[in-house]
Amino acid sequence: MTVTVFVPRDMMAVALGADQVAASIGADAERRGADICIVRNGSRGLQWLEPLVEVATPGGRIAYGNVAPSDVEGLLDSGFLEGRPHALCVGRPQDMPYLARQHRLTFERCGITDPLSMEAYRANGGLAGLQRALTMAPGAIVEAVKASGLRGRGGAGFPAGIKWNTVGQAQADRKYVICNADEGDSGTFADRLLMEGDPFCLIEGMVIAGIATGATKGLVYLRSEYPVAAAIFSQAIAIARREGMIGASVLGSPHAFELELRIGAGAYICGEETSMLESLEGKRAIVRAKPPIPALHGFMGRPTLVNNVMTLAAVPWILAHGGQAYADYGMGRSRGTLPIQLGGNIKRGGLIEYAFGISLREVIEDFGGGTASGRPVRAVQVGGPLGAYLPAHMLDVPLDYEALAGAQAMLGHGGIVVFDDSVDMARQARFAFEFCAVESCGKCTPCRIGATRGVEAIDKIVAGQQREKNLAVVQDLCELMTDGSLCAMGGLTPLPVQSALRHFAGDFAELAVA
Amino acid sequence: MADYEDWDAGRAADIIAGLVGLEGATLPILHAVQATFGYVPREVVPMVAEALNMSRAEVHGCITFYHDFRAEPAGRRVLKLCRAEACQAAGADALHQQVLGELGVSWHGTTADGGVTVEPVFCLGLCACGPSAMLDDAPMARMTAAGLRAALRAGDGAPMAARVAI
Repeated sequence: MTVTVFVPRDMMAVALGADQVAASIGADAERRGADICIVRNGSRGLQWLEPLVEVATPGGRIAYGNVAPSDVEGLLDSGFLEGRPHALCVGRPQDMPYLARQHRLTFERCGITDPLSMEAYRANGGLAGLQRALTMAPGAIVEAVKASGLRGRGGAGFPAGIKWNTVGQAQADRKYVICNADEGDSGTFADRLLMEGDPFCLIEGMVIAGIATGATKGLVYLRSEYPVAAAIFSQAIAIARREGMIGASVLGSPHAFELELRIGAGAYICGEETSMLESLEGKRAIVRAKPPIPALHGFMGRPTLVNNVMTLAAVPWILAHGGQAYADYGMGRSRGTLPIQLGGNIKRGGLIEYAFGISLREVIEDFGGGTASGRPVRAVQVGGPLGAYLPAHMLDVPLDYEALAGAQAMLGHGGIVVFDDSVDMARQARFAFEFCAVESCGKCTPCRIGATRGVEAIDKIVAGQQREKNLAVVQDLCELMTDGSLCAMGGLTPLPVQSALRHFAGDFAELAVA
Repeated sequence: MADYEDWDAGRAADIIAGLVGLEGATLPILHAVQATFGYVPREVVPMVAEALNMSRAEVHGCITFYHDFRAEPAGRRVLKLCRAEACQAAGADALHQQVLGELGVSWHGTTADGGVTVEPVFCLGLCACGPSAMLDDAPMARMTAAGLRAALRAGDGAPMAARVAI
């Protein structure tokens, strides 16, 4: 009987040698005359264990973590094709607390199925949401999304149903659905994992969005730093077209929906929706002033629904199970689940899909197991390079849009980067300005000039030059950037800077100048 | 390590003709040109401008705005080191200083033998196992100086990519 072996093809697994591991398993099994079939699945999100190789046995799948090519022979010797014990064996993945404790809705198939098998997709609940949507009026689909309480997962947290309604009501010769997959925030990788591990889920969400809003064309703007996701997703589009999931007649219905993958070119600002639209139109990615909003005047001047990968990928589950079932998860005005991404100096980093409301401490300590270095946690940056740094004593804050805003922080795209006690927070504040200076589109002065002046002022503070005056300059710049920038790039850069000053003032103390 | 073609205006015209029908075709065309020739030769600028009804300044503006596009050929290999926060937390800054020192270059520089161009990148989405990097198209995680040396050595025997002297 053929034994199925799963070797992830996600970019992290590949970075840690999965391609070589898959080749070794194939070659070694052939030499031994073992009948195996290797499936390149996505990651389950247990990133610290990649490459996480799994073997399908009559008793379920058995996993082996951190498999290196040099481990393959020993694994086969000890009978891993029958799921036998080995030093690298971590047992049944679903029994691991890291996975068992999660609320996997959006990521229900990720890591389990072959990402490019439509058969596996259907067999594991795929297309149920789209089939349901095809029986509904567009307005009823929008109502389901409203009832779910889904908010934009890109960072702004705008209610998705309201945006869908605006695009749906707009009149035009054509409308677009654009997926923002320019996941540039450090510490975030949920979009990547989903596009590599369950690409049909995103396609399904986009098709549903098209039906709900009357849009017949979709574009995915994917960052160029994700070549593995680009390769898998473009294959997935071709398969979806062949299988009738997209095209002139979606699953045999009167609805048409075409889909195209576009690759960015290394500009962080393209995560901002209006600059992404400029980029898609073939121009320099300069931020547009709003209004008009993209929902009415977006790509090519047409009504355009712009949503993040995680927002669109949540939709199939919502349609399949109903808006209320999704809204039953979460707290306050943050409904449903949040794909949390845990990275930085952390023992067990990876993807944790969990209902809103879990505390930072639970994520970092219970899931993450503390720092990789074994030293105490000193600072945690939540929400990417424009997010605040929180000190260790504030880790009980729940992950919820409003709770983080109350702590003068932001949730953003759900990335959490952990730093141990060796971090120099003046350096991190300087980096926040430096990053803004490098990535600013240059349209508005507070961002373009303010970031550069910020770097200079922090350098002077650290060097002990007129420390009080330069601290005042930094605060002044932060206020100006917050109030006067056109978009979140300049408007939120003060968040990491001011949080570093507020919580770690000692790091900005005058140094002894030789 | 990629093998690039020598500059050929006819080849460039074919690339442009194949993509010009896309809505907002500039980036797809520039990506395809760079994937073919290894950089975006300046001869391509008026061709793209003409095809897309843009000014040459607008095309030039696009090439210079986006970090990915290069107006000159890079070294035989391109090493991108992640400088973003998650990798910083995992000790990337010190590692980068060591790597840059060993190669004798600064950011965006190419080694004297033309072997490697080193560029910063802000996040590869490998944030749980930093420091991370990308050597040509190969992602790397939990990178060490020794691991990087081995990866660079492993490519030494490969044929040199064709380059155009400008």
